[in-house]
Amino acid sequence: MYVLSAIASLATLGLVLGWLLAIAAKYLKVESNPIVEELEALMPGSQCGQCGFPGCRPAAEAIANGEAPITVCPPGGSALAEQFAALLGVSIDLSNFEEPEFLIAKVSEDTCTGCTRCFKVCPTDAIVGAAKQIHAVVADACTGCQKCIDVCPTECLQMHKPEVTLRNWRWQKPLSEPAGALA
Amino acid sequence: MISLMQSFRIRGGVHPDPKKTATTDLSIASDFPLPKKLYIPLQQHVGKPAEPVVRVGDYVYKGQLLAHSQGMISAPVHAPSSGVVTDIADYPAPHPSALPIRTVFMETDGKDAWQLLQTPTDPFALSAEEISLRVGAAGVVGMGGATFPAAVKLNLGRKNKISTLLINGGECEPYLTCDDRLMQESADGIIDGIRIMLHGMETPQAIVGIEDNKPAAFRAMKKAAADYRQIEVRQVPTHYPMGWDRQLIRYLTGKEVPADGRATDVGVLMHNVATAYAIHHAIRHNRPLVDRVVTIAGGAAVSPGNVWVPIGTLISELLDYCRVDRARMARLVMGGPMMGDALPIAELPVVKATSGILALTQDEITRGSEQACIRCARCISACPAGLLPVDMANRIRSNQLEAAVDIGLKDCISCGSCSYVCPSNIPLVHYFKYAAGELAARQQAQHKTEQTKKLIDERNKRIERIEKQKAEEAARELAAKVAKYTADQAEQVI
Repeated sequence: MYVLSAIASLATLGLVLGWLLAIAAKYLKVESNPIVEELEALMPGSQCGQCGFPGCRPAAEAIANGEAPITVCPPGGSALAEQFAALLGVSIDLSNFEEPEFLIAKVSEDTCTGCTRCFKVCPTDAIVGAAKQIHAVVADACTGCQKCIDVCPTECLQMHKPEVTLRNWRWQKPLSEPAGALA
Repeated sequence: MISLMQSFRIRGGVHPDPKKTATTDLSIASDFPLPKKLYIPLQQHVGKPAEPVVRVGDYVYKGQLLAHSQGMISAPVHAPSSGVVTDIADYPAPHPSALPIRTVFMETDGKDAWQLLQTPTDPFALSAEEISLRVGAAGVVGMGGATFPAAVKLNLGRKNKISTLLINGGECEPYLTCDDRLMQESADGIIDGIRIMLHGMETPQAIVGIEDNKPAAFRAMKKAAADYRQIEVRQVPTHYPMGWDRQLIRYLTGKEVPADGRATDVGVLMHNVATAYAIHHAIRHNRPLVDRVVTIAGGAAVSPGNVWVPIGTLISELLDYCRVDRARMARLVMGGPMMGDALPIAELPVVKATSGILALTQDEITRGSEQACIRCARCISACPAGLLPVDMANRIRSNQLEAAVDIGLKDCISCGSCSYVCPSNIPLVHYFKYAAGELAARQQAQHKTEQTKKLIDERNKRIERIEKQKAEEAARELAAKVAKYTADQAEQVI
């Protein structure tokens, strides 16, 4: 008889506490800020660290908390800043915004030893090659994170301006503007 | 009353000095000496560049295929004369940047020998699809300067079952008279080309619109079209930009093309008169597009005129032929003065889009210095697309490109009417061109971000997979060792 009442009371206790825990999990759930998720989704996601934060998520958190400006992401440039502004509902004046210079890695064929270290660290697989073969950078896939520069033993990887071709040539912004020419 | 109704159909626009008198009465010169060397860019059209089918050292006849088209929107390139292919390499393109483009280099042998042509066929015995195929194979593109592959447009017209084909004989750009002269001299060929196009698109009627400052061309075209009831030749007022398809459609048919739509949405399609003539040649004579009429004009040209020029001829040779005074030439422009491109050097090839070469003197290009906007709103009245140029330029100046798009930046056709009328000399159209390029660059950057994410994802998956495989292999090796050990033990027991 004692055995039965012990089993019953402990089972009831277990059920009640379990139910309480379930309710707590549902209503007192600790959520991450959803805006951080949205900000991170817009970012390049290569965890390159050019912003000074360890990765894209910490940078997104800093923007959400107002600790970093929306122009923090160098690979994203002003286009990303405009998207952030639209998402966060803040107005930005980009008239004095200097577009960060975008550089891509390039292998100097004279000094490459084919050590394969660079393409192992490349987050976007932008470097192709094989052991003891000269490596090459696929310019369209390079994000300019410079991770390969750090590991290259012969300093044959250097950052260069991307080549201007008919595909990416653009008109420059008109320069001659007397003060208040367009008011 | 009718004319009053029609004048409401013209929105915006300007009346620049036509400057056509120097060349309009001179017949097209066909004695241009064949150049020793030709430079034929592999992309002279909207779409994908053509892929070469010849090799360095090959002998090619005039009209022989040099490079075939690639993909849905593209056009092939043919040899403009007979000779030897000396190289296939990068050469500066006729573009304001003069950046290199893949080009076939040819040395001509002076014989100008055509490849053996197929016997001409009756175009009206061919199916409509066959017409498109042959026009595409002949490398015909929009000759007014847009260079959209003509065959793609014919297919588009047939699929959309358009009701009217418009033929643009407007030639509203100042200086240019190449279409004018072509209509005066080869009206029969143009009308034949229009009939072939109507057959190829299965379209019942065509209207040719010619500006009323070209009475001789109008008379010639009217006479040539007299026997064909489906082709109507009409005069349109001299008004820039009359040659814009939406302007001409609105004037001739009264239909308004929706802002985010195409001309085919209102059952109309427009081709240039020179395109009609090229199609006439392509179908009647099996002659691919290897030459075109180019107007050489401008204050620095001592003997301006229209010339039949092989594609790939260097512009510098044309300048010499028309005795252009290089010392007085302050700016070299390809196309018309309103929408053409200033070229930094003259050693650039003539391409399918080259309607004119203008050697302008300092007097012709001088404009006053830029001054403050006085809010006169002349740019707004001049805009044929009904936009607000001054507001758009303001927003672009403060880098608010999205805000400029909101008020219609994407509907800007860069016709230059706003810059032309601005009394303060504000480079309005330059702002819009800059913004259009910048938006395209941003779109590319966006695309790259998406691609980068995909690449990173793939890489992470791969690394995971490799590690899993390694772990599995290690487990398998261990299992094999254990199995071997137990077997050995068992043997020892026996």
